[in-house]
Amino acid sequence: MKFLRDCWLIFARQMQLLLRNPIWVFVGVFQPVMYLLLFAPLLKPALSPLGVTSDAEAYRVFVPGLLVLLAIFGGLFQGFGLIAELRAGVIERSRVTPVSRFALLLGRSLRDVVSLIAQAGIITILALFFDLRVFIGDLLLAYLMLALIALMTSAVSYGVALAVKSEDALAPLMNTVAQPVLLLSGILLPLQFAPGWLEDVAKWNPFSWAVDGTRALFAGDIGNDRVWQGLLIVSVLTVLSVWWAAREFARSVR
Amino acid sequence: MIIETRGLRKSFRSRQGREKKTVEAVRGVDLRVDEGEIFGFLGPNGAGKTTTLRMLATLIVPDGGEATVAGADLLRDPGEVRRRIGYVAQGGSTWDDSTAREELVLQARLYGIGKSAALERAARALSAFQLSEYADRKCKTYSGGQRRRVDIALGIIHEPRVVFLDEPTTGLDPQSRAHMWDEIRRLRSEGMTVFITTHYLEEADALCDRIAIMDNGEVVAEGTPDSLKRSISHDVITVGLNGATADAAAVLDSVAFVARLEKLDTGEGLRLFVEDGATAMPQVLRELERNGVTLKSIELHRPSLDDVFLTKTGRSLREK
Repeated sequence: MKFLRDCWLIFARQMQLLLRNPIWVFVGVFQPVMYLLLFAPLLKPALSPLGVTSDAEAYRVFVPGLLVLLAIFGGLFQGFGLIAELRAGVIERSRVTPVSRFALLLGRSLRDVVSLIAQAGIITILALFFDLRVFIGDLLLAYLMLALIALMTSAVSYGVALAVKSEDALAPLMNTVAQPVLLLSGILLPLQFAPGWLEDVAKWNPFSWAVDGTRALFAGDIGNDRVWQGLLIVSVLTVLSVWWAAREFARSVR
Repeated sequence: MIIETRGLRKSFRSRQGREKKTVEAVRGVDLRVDEGEIFGFLGPNGAGKTTTLRMLATLIVPDGGEATVAGADLLRDPGEVRRRIGYVAQGGSTWDDSTAREELVLQARLYGIGKSAALERAARALSAFQLSEYADRKCKTYSGGQRRRVDIALGIIHEPRVVFLDEPTTGLDPQSRAHMWDEIRRLRSEGMTVFITTHYLEEADALCDRIAIMDNGEVVAEGTPDSLKRSISHDVITVGLNGATADAAAVLDSVAFVARLEKLDTGEGLRLFVEDGATAMPQVLRELERNGVTLKSIELHRPSLDDVFLTKTGRSLREK
């Protein structure tokens, strides 16, 4: 009960600050929108070996990947905000109160999830203009996948931020993690094009399962095994990440 | 006794290149702080003041020793200590884009206070700290002194029995500093115990009821500013005379409270060493008058806390 209340207090404050400067939500979607407008049109011809014959089909492959990309990157860079809060003394101020340490983490991560879903909504609506069509039930399940990914990556980012305590260390660290994850997940181009060895390596990347599952949902193929497999893998990783980050909070924010 | 510590210790491991070093930041601190006083930790930067304060505020775990803070055991029950104390860090604690009111309401709520009560407390704190006018402006628009007052208000929003203020006036201009002293005295008058750290001699002297002088991780002296000053040397009264020096010396030599007496090199006066200059001065005047000695001038010199620091550590705090 106290935990839920604490979570809500932290979440509400973070939301309030986010809404005070909603520009960041739009800055966050700027890059994906550019991909949508300037990169996706290349895809119809490029994906034709996979049987893609229309813009709608191309977007059905590309948009889910783009959304997963957004969730991964959006989450991984949330740690910067926490470092700014550490520097301002806001975290220390919370530390001397009896507030739940786990709530300090979860309240922030939930704000990140809400902001990600808002961004995903904007991109999905834009994609509708390019003839993307998706069933609402499938879409909601895909958003659940995205929410879990954002929760996972933002928790990891907060945990790392608490450990390194400096932007200079966090930026290269997150980029180093994010780049191979991005390339090995078939986000920009499906891995069906990949040589066998690359596909084998990508199998070890949980995000490639998440991308496959999200694509299946956007294709209306909710019965595809990749859907439950992706959700399961992402859920397990989310629980582990949140658990680890919560421990970091409890330790350094005793 | 609201704070009592015995042998509180803390060391940090630091690395310089390949070499690992253990720095003993606090080496066995024994303290007793009475309820309702302003207690000051005086010492140079790096003396271990902040580390001790952070241990008492449950932010760092001590390596050894024990402490009771506001009736709760620091090591066994840090959660209870946390509920009963307030802590204001040195570097500030407000977020640029929040307003003072929002920060105060949130802080109160983090202590478990309900929403309407939190709003009420925030309003009361804002008016007590003369911040009502700026309450709904963003913190980044505040002056240094205003922002510092918000920090203190945040630290006491849950009405703790003890509040720890880490260098509350560092970086403030003289006027804001005087204002802050008034705020701190007000907290005491409301029954709160205030524990501050400072490296300003004047602040320790003027503001604190009792102080502990800290150097190199240890408390080297403890007491009221006056008793500390008296403990190292006597107050000195210099009496200027136009002749009649020998008469005056004869009169004053027989007075009980004069511990020692010497003639000035100029021969135009006397130097008297007394326990308490403030009460001795009128008596000196009276004695001389009664015996028909007229004096030209009278001057009191009392040892400063810097003299105390110098005596205890061999260094001056002021040069730091």
